[in-house]
Amino acid sequence: MEHIISVLVENKFGVLARVAGLFSARGYNIESLSVAATLDPTTSMITIVTVGDDRIIEQIMKQLNKVVEVLKVVDLTETRFLDRETALIKVHTKPEHRDEAIRIADIFRAKIVDSSSTTYTVEITGDVDKVEALISLLKPLGIKELIRTGRIAIARETTRTASPRREPALLKN
Amino acid sequence: MKKTGAEIFCESLRREGVKTVFGLPGGVVLKIFDVLCQQKDIEFVLTRHEQGAAHMAEGYAKATGKAGVLLVTSGPGMTNIVTGLADAYMDSVPLVAFTGQVSTDLIGNDAFQEADNVGISRPCTKHNVLVKDVNDLAQTIKEAFYIATSGRPGPVLVDIPKDVSIAKTEFKYPDKVSLRGYNPTIGGNKNQINQAAEEIMKAKKPMIYVGGGAVFSDAAAEVRQLAEITQIPVTMTLMGLGSFPGTHPLSLGMLGMHGAYWTNMAMHYCDLLIAVGARFDDRVTGKLSEFCPEARVVHIDIDPTSIKKTFHAHIPIVGDVKTVVGEINAILRSKDGNQAEIKALRAPWLKQIGEWKKAHPLSYKQDDKITKPQYVIEKLYELTKHEAIVATDVGQHQMFAAQYFRGNKPRTWLTSGGLGTMGFGFPAAIGAQFAFPDRLVLCITSEGSFQMNLQELVVAAEHKLPVKIVLLNNGVHGMVRQWQDLFYEGRYSASVLGKLPDFVKLADAYGILGLRAVKPDEVEAVLKEGLKHKGPVLMDIHTDPFENCYPMIPAGGAQHEMMLEDPPELKLARKGGAYKRKADEGEGVLPA
Repeated sequence: MEHIISVLVENKFGVLARVAGLFSARGYNIESLSVAATLDPTTSMITIVTVGDDRIIEQIMKQLNKVVEVLKVVDLTETRFLDRETALIKVHTKPEHRDEAIRIADIFRAKIVDSSSTTYTVEITGDVDKVEALISLLKPLGIKELIRTGRIAIARETTRTASPRREPALLKN
Repeated sequence: MKKTGAEIFCESLRREGVKTVFGLPGGVVLKIFDVLCQQKDIEFVLTRHEQGAAHMAEGYAKATGKAGVLLVTSGPGMTNIVTGLADAYMDSVPLVAFTGQVSTDLIGNDAFQEADNVGISRPCTKHNVLVKDVNDLAQTIKEAFYIATSGRPGPVLVDIPKDVSIAKTEFKYPDKVSLRGYNPTIGGNKNQINQAAEEIMKAKKPMIYVGGGAVFSDAAAEVRQLAEITQIPVTMTLMGLGSFPGTHPLSLGMLGMHGAYWTNMAMHYCDLLIAVGARFDDRVTGKLSEFCPEARVVHIDIDPTSIKKTFHAHIPIVGDVKTVVGEINAILRSKDGNQAEIKALRAPWLKQIGEWKKAHPLSYKQDDKITKPQYVIEKLYELTKHEAIVATDVGQHQMFAAQYFRGNKPRTWLTSGGLGTMGFGFPAAIGAQFAFPDRLVLCITSEGSFQMNLQELVVAAEHKLPVKIVLLNNGVHGMVRQWQDLFYEGRYSASVLGKLPDFVKLADAYGILGLRAVKPDEVEAVLKEGLKHKGPVLMDIHTDPFENCYPMIPAGGAQHEMMLEDPPELKLARKGGAYKRKADEGEGVLPA
């Protein structure tokens, strides 16, 4: 099963290498990884999407916790959470496809952030289903280049009435 | 007054109570060495190879429980200690390794003797740091010692660039360490501890399985109490040997691949397994799906990653084993069950184990023409009355020593377990002898392992360290040869050591006493003479190249399905039957 793990670490050089090295040395998967400083500039948040059975995930959590510079490890998949990913998609647009590309982007509330005579660059933010749905619709037009950020995730506040975890892609912004 | 990085380094080590540092100098650490030679509190031991320094520091640490310290230069100095770091990481040995680094402005330029010390050592250290600013040096050293020796111990590497050792700053040594990401759990969960105590009272066929964690946590007294209060037999891993007296009636010795028959049978049929500071290594469990199939499992370990890593645990307890076992003992003592009742409950189980023991005791057949390695270990054990600190190398001799040298005290058994590093034993013995100059330190080794770090003979000679090296010389990489005989139809690929040095002359060249026993009837006299000698001794004892180590659980086999002796087809081959072997042609198996 897929798990999204948030790892709060000391914002020091070499920490990311230690965390990534731990995954490669022990044969764990990294599906995606994103890192940036948090509000506190002395710490960074690493969000790792990984796949494994319960035993492997338990080991991953424990191994991460064991790293001296790791401050906190949370498996977000055990709680209610929001996850988002941004993708930049450069799509070929023949003259007869330019309107279609705009229509598709509109439906997904994606933005066209760059344009040339033969391409549009579409920016989309959403959960994985939404990003993938857009990609699959743009594919027939011809995707020239695709860049994805990897997922970031945050736990939902428990006091709020949360929306269901997986909504249909089209209804969600 | 401001101090240089090098002065801060020496002063910090002095504050940490460091008495001995092992290593080798080089360009970028010259400033540190310059300060080191001008003070008297810390002795520097110049080794002849950095790997030797690393294993000496390990031997020192294993024998004392304090951090072993090494200081080497950048580049090759650092890469040469990697084996020692990896060994220490696997066996949880507290080491603090200081490596030199090129000046900060040169880092990344492929400078002379530059290596990515932190990058290379990352997967084989508990923690490592590159100190980029002299103002961080004292704090980093304090933290390094704390991390290395606390929790599950392990090696920590501190990388010091040349300019940091020269730069000056105000020196203030921190009193204590507080790391927000590192806080080992000491006391176990009370509920879990209570549950464990209940299971222990109930169990009919319990076993205590003790690993190296009991040694590091000084839990020998607690383990013994637990065993004696509850009349539960104790088995030890290779790393755990000494944590429970090998001569105690409840001791079942070592378990696992070369554990005794009765020990592995008892493991297989136990109904409660109490794992104390052990990690269910594959050499212990054999085939996991058939390991202790009937047992409820209590697993006590300070490292949460050791729990449920390879094997399930019904009652996991994260905590320091000394503390947790002590608490379990307190609960057990407070319960009313009297001693006679417990004895009666356990009697059938202990009787069953006794029967297994009678059926297949550890045995070998001594020969009058060629010495059996087991005989040498037994004699050595008899002669030293288990008072010695024993360091071993890796291979058959190590397993024979584990089976026949039944140590009674923790920290007297120094061996490379997890990594299985040939070449560990001799430098480790030197390290232990530095820590305890007046105690008897034995190095049980073989010609294969010994040749990997024999350059350190000069250190023993120079410092007049009375290390007694007992070299079981069978002319082959014995364990490799054994596997080739058992699983590769006796094709001795690269396991026969064709040409060997004359070890007596070698000892002589280094100015130490060399003795040799070629025939079985010479062994005892040589051992006696060697043990009596005041200085270092190298005893070259020729042993049977074809002796195999049994019992043996073949790799991936189930623990109760042991091989107890050579299989029939191998015996036939020995008589000159099935296949021809290089060794049969007399080609260089034994030195002339």
